[in-house]
Amino acid sequence: MKSWLTTTDHKRIGLLYFFTAFAFFLIGGIEALVIRAQLAQPNGHLVTAETYNQLFTMHGTTMVFLALMPLSASFFNYIVPLQIGARDVAFPRLNAFSYWVFLLGGLFLNASWLVGPLFHAGTLNVAPDGGWFGYANLTERQFSPGPNIDFWLLGLQILGISSLAAGFNFIVTILNLRAPGMRMMRVPAFTWMTLVTQFLVITAFPVITVGLAFLMFDRFFGAHFYVHEAGATPILWQHLFWLFGHPEVYILILPAMGIVSDVLPTFARKPLFGYTVVVYSGVLIGFMGWGVWSHHMFSVGLGPIADSVFSATTMLIAVPTGVKIFNWIATLWGGDIRGTTALHFAVGFIAMFIIGGLSGVTHASPPTDLQQTDTYYVVAHIHYVLFGGTIMGLFAGIYYWWPKMTGRLLSETLGKWHFWLQFVGMNLAFFPMHFIGLLGMPRRVYTYSPELGVSDLNLLSTIGAFLIALSIFVFLVNLLRTRTHGQRAGNDPWGGATLEWSIASPPPVYNFSVIPTVANRLPRWKTEHHEPMRDPPATPPAPIHVPGGSWWPMLAAFGLPILALAPLTHTLWLALVGAAVLLAGIYLWAFEPFEV
Amino acid sequence: MPRYRWWSTPAVLFLLGCGGPFPQSTLHPHSDFARATDVLFTDIFWWAAAVFVVVEALLLVALIRFRHREGRPAPKPTHGHTLMEIAWTLAPAAILVFVAVPTVRTIFATAGEGPADALKVDVIGHQWWWEFRYQELGLVTANELHVPLGRAVQLSITSADVIHSFWIPPLGGKRDAIPGHVTRIAFRPDQVGEYAGQCAEFCGASHANMRLRVVVESDSGFGRWATVQLQGPAAPAPGTAADRGKAVFARSACIGCHTIRGVSPGVIGPNLTHVGSRTTIASGLFPNDSAHLARWIGDAPSLKPGSLMTRMQPPLTDADIAALVAYLQSLQ
Ligand code: HEM
Ligand SMILES: [Cu+2]
Repeated sequence: MKSWLTTTDHKRIGLLYFFTAFAFFLIGGIEALVIRAQLAQPNGHLVTAETYNQLFTMHGTTMVFLALMPLSASFFNYIVPLQIGARDVAFPRLNAFSYWVFLLGGLFLNASWLVGPLFHAGTLNVAPDGGWFGYANLTERQFSPGPNIDFWLLGLQILGISSLAAGFNFIVTILNLRAPGMRMMRVPAFTWMTLVTQFLVITAFPVITVGLAFLMFDRFFGAHFYVHEAGATPILWQHLFWLFGHPEVYILILPAMGIVSDVLPTFARKPLFGYTVVVYSGVLIGFMGWGVWSHHMFSVGLGPIADSVFSATTMLIAVPTGVKIFNWIATLWGGDIRGTTALHFAVGFIAMFIIGGLSGVTHASPPTDLQQTDTYYVVAHIHYVLFGGTIMGLFAGIYYWWPKMTGRLLSETLGKWHFWLQFVGMNLAFFPMHFIGLLGMPRRVYTYSPELGVSDLNLLSTIGAFLIALSIFVFLVNLLRTRTHGQRAGNDPWGGATLEWSIASPPPVYNFSVIPTVANRLPRWKTEHHEPMRDPPATPPAPIHVPGGSWWPMLAAFGLPILALAPLTHTLWLALVGAAVLLAGIYLWAFEPFEV
Repeated sequence: MPRYRWWSTPAVLFLLGCGGPFPQSTLHPHSDFARATDVLFTDIFWWAAAVFVVVEALLLVALIRFRHREGRPAPKPTHGHTLMEIAWTLAPAAILVFVAVPTVRTIFATAGEGPADALKVDVIGHQWWWEFRYQELGLVTANELHVPLGRAVQLSITSADVIHSFWIPPLGGKRDAIPGHVTRIAFRPDQVGEYAGQCAEFCGASHANMRLRVVVESDSGFGRWATVQLQGPAAPAPGTAADRGKAVFARSACIGCHTIRGVSPGVIGPNLTHVGSRTTIASGLFPNDSAHLARWIGDAPSLKPGSLMTRMQPPLTDADIAALVAYLQSLQ
């Protein structure tokens, strides 16, 4: 127990990220099921308007910040050091700090469901209710007087610190800790996409941090950053939010694209087609992602020139995205494709992501977007890219790397059940939403009129959502089963080309008994140019020093939610306590003796 | 006539066996604006459908043709192909040109500037209802926008509180109502009728209940409507229920928020001078009948969560409410 609390081992932290994020994924999923149950019929009244607004706000916020990002982070943690032949990340204790901040930030946000009575309100009353996009000026104290929005903005500020710390950590790790001979163009695609993602994290998160800081000033100190009566404008928030928000969607998708780029070659027994192009298009997407944010704001009326420019940049970004898809198909082409569950999910990613990309192009055109924005059509789009894309990709990663992480294979039979239920479920849940939106149902509505003629489509969508829930249940059974029934994986159950497959599953604390020297991009495969490398010996020839654990990152992390409680409860001394805990944690951490 | 779309309405009907018109459909345009975006959408849709079919087919063929078979020789380790990379970069780019050119043309065509003789209406979003001001007619109404057929309409949209979005799908795409900003859309309806719309930007508790109607009338019909609206409120005959209702109105909190010309000057809620002539109440939520009016006056927040029309303190008696209903219905 203690060893888990103090751990600085990237593998353990990776597992902590995985289980925590998965728990939040289940919470977000339950919220989604309540939402869908409410919308199963017109004029639904399972929950009140106020509760519904909290549900969709927390569903979006949870899925983006507490489920998908940290699920990706669990692979960054576990897999990236293994792929580059490192013993750990560059800053192991900072890594532990990132995790604890993430956990506490997530708990802080979700505590809002329960603590209503402390604010003289019922439970289920003070959770954030302004949408995951939190548009000003609805979020100003004047229109949202309760603590709901405070929970949201303070929670996001906490989580931002976690993401930023992890971002710097992984950039340094990937740039500096690569094994000898692993030049940048020999780095596995997943690690490459991690690198691009982390650059987006460290550049995009400061933007929302600033936006949220303005909002904090407005709400707590009566400033007027988003108040038009004072000469400002609520549009400022939209620019800041989407300037963060669009890179954020790439933060969510690039890791999954990286996973797919690693899974397909393994199961097609063929190198990734156009590795260089796939890598560079990922980098290009990262850059271009900064120039498209106003496509979320076409209905604001920025004027025909601005609309044309942002429309053009948005359409352009579809090009490198398409290039990746063609390269993946070319990777499969001519291969010897083994239909494992991981491959099913990777292919599912491609098949579903295409739909999301194409609907994206239909709202890259401002005039058509004027009919689509803020309707269920956009909800369909985001779920095809985030569920059909990111989640499918993450499951591909789970089925692919779970054996490495635990030494046990997941059941392929249950895996196929999981895949097909999820595949059918998601299409049933999300495809009708295209029609629901085109037929005129806005998003973020707790109820709708039977006159719209979308009742049956909504019912269908709800059935799909419950099918997805069933598929996740099958997955959980599969996961639990591995503890007792899981077949042993051995070092390399799939015949992978990259370094993580050259060591034991799960790997020993030190990962590599001897740091490998890398001579090419597919070290463990035989190609026309080279023979496979020799795997490192099972036991280290010389003793390896492994740093012990540390309490201080966790202590420092606790300072942040305490600090956040101060404005929430208008209690000055809490701010002092929080700052003291944070500083104490950092001080003790900095002066911790090296040898433990 | 709406164009026939095999993949939309009929397909849905076929799949679900459900019926009914779709009053808020974007696929049945009834103005030049809505038609322009619809034509563009159809165009983009077919390009997207073609790409979808090609790419998914390639994927399927690859999966079937190259699935694992015992004894298949190890695949050739191809690493890439420069010409193919160039081809599949240029092909989507070329398709996007075919999408981008009509897009830009439509952007400028639908930029929101109507012709000089357009009927100008100011639209003001409120939590959770719509106010319409016809400057040139000197007329104010709420939740039901009347416009004449055969004349362009120019809407100038803003908000009194938070951001809303004005949307009547059959007549055209939405524009946000933003406090401190004025945004515009212009359209020319092409068929008499009643069109449904609703607020599209999340604006708080009753966002889902912020609906509206647009009534497109013949020019003469619109003229008659405007003439009636310009008149003062009907004066109830002494001794009637409506007359008692007027007295209740004048001594209750109603006057603090509602205007009835010559009776009260409130500006927080909708103008009620001709409320009896509207077909719905509570921003398109309920039919304008006695039962709904009575429930609304008695306890608006129970019908529309968060409504700023709070319950009257002290509560109105049933007799008062009945009198008020009679009065409001008399305000034709
Ligand atoms: C070809 C690629 C893509 C294009 C052209 C595209 C285009 C767009 C556009 C124009 C919007 C604004 C729609 C509106 O609000 O009316 C949008 C929304 C959105 N997109 Fe994409 N997109 C693409 C890919 C992605 C990817 C890869 C992701 C994430 C994995 C993503 C996630 C989202 C999300 C979350 C929203 C909605 C945000 C919100 O309003 O809550 N998109 N997309
Ligand atoms: Cu975007």
